[in-house]
Amino acid sequence: MAEALSQSGKARLGRLAIYACLLAVALVYLMPLWVMVVTSLKPLDEIYGGSFIGLPQTVTLDAWRAAWSQACIGTECTGLKPYFVNSLLMVIPSVILSTGIGAINGYILTKWKFPGANFVFGLLLFGCFLPYQAVLIPMARTLGILGLAGSIPGLICVHVSYGICFTTLFFRNYFVSLPDELTKAAMVDGAGFFRIFWSVILPTSIPIIVVSCIWQFTQIWNDFLFGVSFTSGASSPITVALNNIVNVTTGRKQYNVDMAAAMIAAIPTLFVYVVAGRYFVRGLTAGAVKG
Amino acid sequence: MSTLEIDRVRKAYGSLEVLKEVSISIGTGDFLVLLGPSGCGKSTLLNMIAGLETISGGDIRIAGRVVNHLSPKDRDIAMVFQSYALYPTMTVRQNIEFGMKIRGLSQAERDKSVKTAADLLQITHLLDRKPSQLSGGQRQRVAMGRAIVRQPKLFLFDEPLSNLDAKLRVDMRTEIKRLHQRLGTTIVYVTHDQIEAMTLATRVAVMKDGVVQHLDEPQSVYDRPANVYVARFVGSPAMNIVPGVLEVQGDNVTAKVDIAGKPPGRITGIPLSAEAARKYAGKKVLVGIRPENFAVANGGSGAMLAVTVDVVEPTGPDTLVVFHLGGVEVTARLPPKQVDAGREAALSIDTSKIVLFDADTETRID
Repeated sequence: MAEALSQSGKARLGRLAIYACLLAVALVYLMPLWVMVVTSLKPLDEIYGGSFIGLPQTVTLDAWRAAWSQACIGTECTGLKPYFVNSLLMVIPSVILSTGIGAINGYILTKWKFPGANFVFGLLLFGCFLPYQAVLIPMARTLGILGLAGSIPGLICVHVSYGICFTTLFFRNYFVSLPDELTKAAMVDGAGFFRIFWSVILPTSIPIIVVSCIWQFTQIWNDFLFGVSFTSGASSPITVALNNIVNVTTGRKQYNVDMAAAMIAAIPTLFVYVVAGRYFVRGLTAGAVKG
Repeated sequence: MSTLEIDRVRKAYGSLEVLKEVSISIGTGDFLVLLGPSGCGKSTLLNMIAGLETISGGDIRIAGRVVNHLSPKDRDIAMVFQSYALYPTMTVRQNIEFGMKIRGLSQAERDKSVKTAADLLQITHLLDRKPSQLSGGQRQRVAMGRAIVRQPKLFLFDEPLSNLDAKLRVDMRTEIKRLHQRLGTTIVYVTHDQIEAMTLATRVAVMKDGVVQHLDEPQSVYDRPANVYVARFVGSPAMNIVPGVLEVQGDNVTAKVDIAGKPPGRITGIPLSAEAARKYAGKKVLVGIRPENFAVANGGSGAMLAVTVDVVEPTGPDTLVVFHLGGVEVTARLPPKQVDAGREAALSIDTSKIVLFDADTETRID
């Protein structure tokens, strides 16, 4: 009896140690976010007064307002708003197109296999490991030839072609676990290539569609290098604008505005994770455990 | 009219030939079972009939029409798959009417067909469920329902029962047989289970390595297998194949078989044509004896063997008795409690049922 008690006591102690450890790590991880949030809510004088980590004495949304619609980016003092819109205009078509193409690619590579399908898939996989920097110059040249240089459609093209490798990988690995007999049954039922795709394959793929969308959304929204390389001025995405706000200042550095701007730039990805995050883990592990 | 003719059909993947000039022909209302172990080409052949695999050579004719280059939907066939292949996101009703929807049938026509099929298969109460909410047997019924509403010339079944547990498999087997009797449609059915083949088929094609070994009625395949392979594959326990030497005296054909530690046994009165008897007299042959053709000798007529019983396995209705004959293990199916393990037993053999095979080619001698 005493032994059992000490056993459970030991287990509780171990559990306590684990929680303490987790809490400490979480604190370290959350500290920057905390600083960002409180700084963005403080007036500038209070920040320069030395309070950095503490709660704001006067809470104000001025910095958020300034970041959204008044902050100067280069010579234009429009705030982040137009660039936020730019990013949306770029992200939404890019995500839809790259996910759609990836889905069709995965469907063909698994259910309509052609000689050399695995080789083609291997080449596509290779694209996942290409560093951004390696494709910058060829990409710029291609966009120039297509007449899309420096525009949002050009940036969409870049993100779609770069994203196809990843989305194809997601969908191909998901569709491999769907039985081929499903396609055969639909063929006997008289369905064609696209009918099978729409009516049979896609409805079963919601988890992987969500994964692909989240992945692509995060990648494209957060991208800086392609944005700064292939757009300029008024067509820049929010990441580039954020960089300009933070790095180009005259007079006192506006920490509260910088923090608010960074938060604004991060909100959409946070939002996507909160809304669809549970599908993310489910989709990533789908097909991994078959039973 | 819904006949099926498979005329010298070949299938090759590069240099690998999986079907070698297969020819099978069945009439309206026939139930053809393609029977063989995995890798014998039976599923490939079925997929070729369905139009899901291309044909490397020869012709396939459904109702007299060559269908080699027609797509599956134009062949007037319906297929039931091993994994059922129900569309997971659709309800049972949507699954069944999917094909009709594609062919552009009106809602009223679809409802009528679904109702008829559902009544026939007793799945009316399941129509609004998803496949994931059904048991294996129910899924099987839905898959059959999806096939039935097409009213095809030809039903194709690809090992439809192998995912079910033993009890359900027997029930569904009966169900399929009943369905065939009621609808009278021509069916091609692939299986590796010889009992399914025996119980369901009007014609059985036993296949091995892309070649049809024997095509006939099930009873003929069982009684007079074309070769040793078929003899061993059909029937459980398998037919005993005992090496022996043929002795011919006038009309009387005898097989001499060795019995360990005893003088050789003689199985006399084997039916054989005079021509074959002449040809094989004094030569080595393989003697095929079904387990149930042994009996405990009661001093009557027929061939007699004295053997030492090795193992006794009671199955309930009868007992399997294992002993050695001609250097191989032989199983006899005897009534219960007639012999004991380790003891001598005198057995008689129904020689009229014996089948002889050539010792080299392993084909049947008539």
